[in-house]
Amino acid sequence: MIGLLLRDLKLAIRAGGGFGLGLAFFLIVVVLVPLGVGPKTELLAAIAPGILWVAALLACLLSLDRIFALDYEDGSLDLLATAPMPLEGAVAMKSLAHWLTTGLPLTLASPLFGLLMQLPDAAYGWLMLSLALGTPALSVIGTFGAALTVGLKRGGLLLSLLVLPLYVPTLIFGAEAVRRGAEGMDNATPMILVAAITLGSVALLPFASAAAIRINLR
Amino acid sequence: MATFSMNLIWQYANPKKFMQTSGMVLPWVIGLAAIGMVGGLIWGFFFTPNDYKQGSTVKIIYLHVPSAMIAINGWAVMLIASLIWLIRRHHVSALVARAAAPVGMTMTLIALITGAIWGEPMWGTWWAWDPRLTSFLILFLFYLGYIALWEAIEDPDTAADLTSVLCLVGSVFAFLSRFAVDFWHQGLHQGASLSLDGRDEVADIFLFPLLTCMGGFILFFIAMVLLRTRTEIRARRLKALIARERMG
Repeated sequence: MIGLLLRDLKLAIRAGGGFGLGLAFFLIVVVLVPLGVGPKTELLAAIAPGILWVAALLACLLSLDRIFALDYEDGSLDLLATAPMPLEGAVAMKSLAHWLTTGLPLTLASPLFGLLMQLPDAAYGWLMLSLALGTPALSVIGTFGAALTVGLKRGGLLLSLLVLPLYVPTLIFGAEAVRRGAEGMDNATPMILVAAITLGSVALLPFASAAAIRINLR
Repeated sequence: MATFSMNLIWQYANPKKFMQTSGMVLPWVIGLAAIGMVGGLIWGFFFTPNDYKQGSTVKIIYLHVPSAMIAINGWAVMLIASLIWLIRRHHVSALVARAAAPVGMTMTLIALITGAIWGEPMWGTWWAWDPRLTSFLILFLFYLGYIALWEAIEDPDTAADLTSVLCLVGSVFAFLSRFAVDFWHQGLHQGASLSLDGRDEVADIFLFPLLTCMGGFILFFIAMVLLRTRTEIRARRLKALIARERMG
């Protein structure tokens, strides 16, 4: 399993676009929003938590179809499915590799983007914490969507249509945690709920994803 | 007794038996649905007084509430049918799930549109990011994704399997979204006026035509699902026949 994880990480880094693309996309969204709504500090500060979360979500979405597509095309997915290692484990490692190449860099870079969005000082810690707790759920849910659409020729658009509704609860609680943190309110409840969604998804969704892959490879 | 009644249901997993019985029942269901909907709407629109505060706009309730009810329960039907397909692999069940989705989506849309038309004079806005409105919009997106996945996959069994898995996972997240949206914002929409515990907040004079409409909508939903399932079974038989012709 560790070998698989290292292989996926190497592929993501060496093929290019793994780390870089998601971050660049995040940056572009954060640049475009003030251009669209105007540069007023108060306005940007008010919408910053939501915009940063939506941008993170979209950046995550961007790289989802690559999770299984290459392995499906060259046949390594069939090998993984017939290997002695449970497919659920392989799927979980795929999600982890996806998170390490998108969710984690986004989380680490988020204060910089918060700065661009005039995020209130109090919220930086909460932004990083909520992204750290929430982005694993985005990767795991996205892996499920990628598993459903792996056999399809033009699955990209369908993948977004399937995955984005599933992202709704994570987005709501994540952005709410940052917003409440920015306003100095108590944000323990949304933060715990984000963590709960992540833990629940990590525990259960690999089984659904593995089932979907088995159906697709049949 | 329990096994006996279960056997009674499972025999409809046989498409032939299903076609026979549904063919017999369908005209009655359609007839009763028409009577319920037309009768309930005429009763509601023309033979009930206007509300003292809302005037005649209150009458859109006879479309709004039943369609909203079907929108949610349509998803529940899909969930149960998907479960039966995954566990017992009855093709009719998968087809019922497929047939229910567009009907449920249309009802969601009707509930959203009638809600907007009702909301404009009452709240002064066509749309508000109110929890109930938002969760219906999200429900609509779930229906869209589910139907799109059915359409995208060519092999019918693979499509049935994948959409069933999506329906199960989607149900959990749809439920979570409902809860999350409540948490996110307090809204304009009133709470539930009808409930099974008997403390209804709707006066009898409005309640009876409303219940008639709800009955009509339920029968209409059943009729549409049966009709669409029958069409799909026939389409598959046709495909099998054509394939056999080519072989011979």
